[in-house]
Amino acid sequence: MTVLELEGEGDDRRLYLSGDWSLPALGQIEAQLRGLPGELRGTLVCDWSGAEAPAMGAAWVLLMRLTEIGAPHLDIRHVGEPHYLELLQNLQASKGRAPAVPDAAESPGPLSELGRWSVLQGRHAETALGFYGGIVRVLGAAFFRPRALRVSSLARHIYETGITAIPIVCLIAFLISVIVAYLGAQQLSRFGADIFVVDLVTISVLREMGVLLTAIIVAGRSGSAFAAEIGVMQLNEETDALRAMGMSPIELLVVPRVLALVIALPLLTIIADAMGLAGGGLLSLLNLHIPLVQFTFRLREALSPTTFWAGLIKAPIFAFLIAMVGTYRGMQVRDSARELGRLTTVAVVQSIFMVILADALFAVLFVKINF
Amino acid sequence: MPQPAPPPVIRVRGLVSRFGSQVVHDGLDMEVHSNEVFGVVGGSGTGKTVLMRTILGLRAPDGGTVELYGRDVRQLAAVDRSSLVRSYGVTFQNGALISSLTVAQNIQLPLREYYPASEKILDQLAELNLGLVGLDVADGGKFPSQLSGGMVKRAALARALSLEPKLLLLDEPTAGLDPISAAAFDELLLYLHSQLRLTVVMITHDLDTLFRTCSRVGVIVDGRMITDTLDGMLQNQNPWIREYFHGPRARAVEKEAHG
Repeated sequence: MTVLELEGEGDDRRLYLSGDWSLPALGQIEAQLRGLPGELRGTLVCDWSGAEAPAMGAAWVLLMRLTEIGAPHLDIRHVGEPHYLELLQNLQASKGRAPAVPDAAESPGPLSELGRWSVLQGRHAETALGFYGGIVRVLGAAFFRPRALRVSSLARHIYETGITAIPIVCLIAFLISVIVAYLGAQQLSRFGADIFVVDLVTISVLREMGVLLTAIIVAGRSGSAFAAEIGVMQLNEETDALRAMGMSPIELLVVPRVLALVIALPLLTIIADAMGLAGGGLLSLLNLHIPLVQFTFRLREALSPTTFWAGLIKAPIFAFLIAMVGTYRGMQVRDSARELGRLTTVAVVQSIFMVILADALFAVLFVKINF
Repeated sequence: MPQPAPPPVIRVRGLVSRFGSQVVHDGLDMEVHSNEVFGVVGGSGTGKTVLMRTILGLRAPDGGTVELYGRDVRQLAAVDRSSLVRSYGVTFQNGALISSLTVAQNIQLPLREYYPASEKILDQLAELNLGLVGLDVADGGKFPSQLSGGMVKRAALARALSLEPKLLLLDEPTAGLDPISAAAFDELLLYLHSQLRLTVVMITHDLDTLFRTCSRVGVIVDGRMITDTLDGMLQNQNPWIREYFHGPRARAVEKEAHG
């Protein structure tokens, strides 16, 4: 129990401290301090002898409060004070007048807000373009200096982004095509057009589903990994170290990842396509009783020569977008762990958005050119 | 009837630390008494930081016991971790300030966790701890990434002091500081030690700091600790200790300290 008693009248008062003045009692101490009168004058004797093991923080809070209500007309003396009180008094004296807190900047009008935003976006666009340029330059230089491609690093990233992704890509492609075939069969069987389930599955998987789903999975797996890896290297000043040794982080860190993904994603897409067709075939066999021979025959009928390529051709573009966004966001990490988390999230969300946007553009383009 | 002596602040008995087949500590004994500044010295890889982590209860010893104020750290850690952590303040090698919080928020973090108080009180306490370590109130609003190396060390010390521990454990407090900042840190430490009656355990390689601040030194050699006063260490015949305290760097510091 914290006790603070003020005794005496007028200009001559005594303040008795007793009970618990340790840090855990801060809440009580604060309440007691609030109970002191708003202004005191004359002399005040602070008697600490009753306080049990007073904490420095508690003493400090008391001093601050006394200054608040007394200064400069109150003469404070201490009796039975803890050993560190002098230290606190010195601190308080040297603190003097606290430096004025600068007023919050005037809130800008909407127009200047817009201007600021535009300039900021312009700058972002500039750095993003510079980043893209850096990648292109390294790739261009690699024609004359193949060593710049860092084959071992490339191989590692192909392994990590491609090979280790195979199980999950297979599973998802298989399940999605089963779902499409199942729902399609329900609708089509009402018209007795069961066999067209084959068209539905093959065209949707080869043109869209295979590549799009693979790209989204890879964006979630590798886009985030790129951003996090490079981001941590930024926080550890590893990228600065590379620059200081005359090596380009873009050449060492970014290009291998971009290239690896550009190689890995089309291959993953082919696997996803195959698994998708397998899923469709299996469901057709089990649910619609279409034998596999008939499935394959119908499959050849349904496909035009370009269907497969219309899907696959998008894969490297998606890969490039995902890797670019991931590595770029990683390179933007500065200062704190929170930034790392934020930019990793941004990398994933943005790369998925870019993939879907690009896919929409491809869809329009392919229709226009009848691909 | 004479009163029994109070237990030492830290008592480590027969500590064994192993990483796989590599034995770092092999029966290490260490005692730190109240109100002394104890320096821990040892070559790279002799397990100074491991020793500190074990004392803090962050790592389970592979053998032996660690006692803080006469109570077993392992049991304390299992039963009542919060009372254990309130008994000591720690700074880590690289400051280990939370990078997404300002310096003031870093200082308030343990206070907020254990002692609910109003924002005003917390601000005042942050100000107190900033003042204790010689930082400006304005520095409290900065993020760790905006601080210089010396300020990071001071801010970490301020956070370690915020719960008003009687025991401070410092891991390389002056590493990476320029000599002037390091000397200022030594002075600060001595000042706080005398004013707040702290017990300080310090891992350090800084011979200047060692000679300036430490009353006793423990050297980890071959998995064990040899403890002595500085003067005693200077007479010690162990080859590593001789090399350490009589090497070219040490001679210069010694001359200064004695001359």
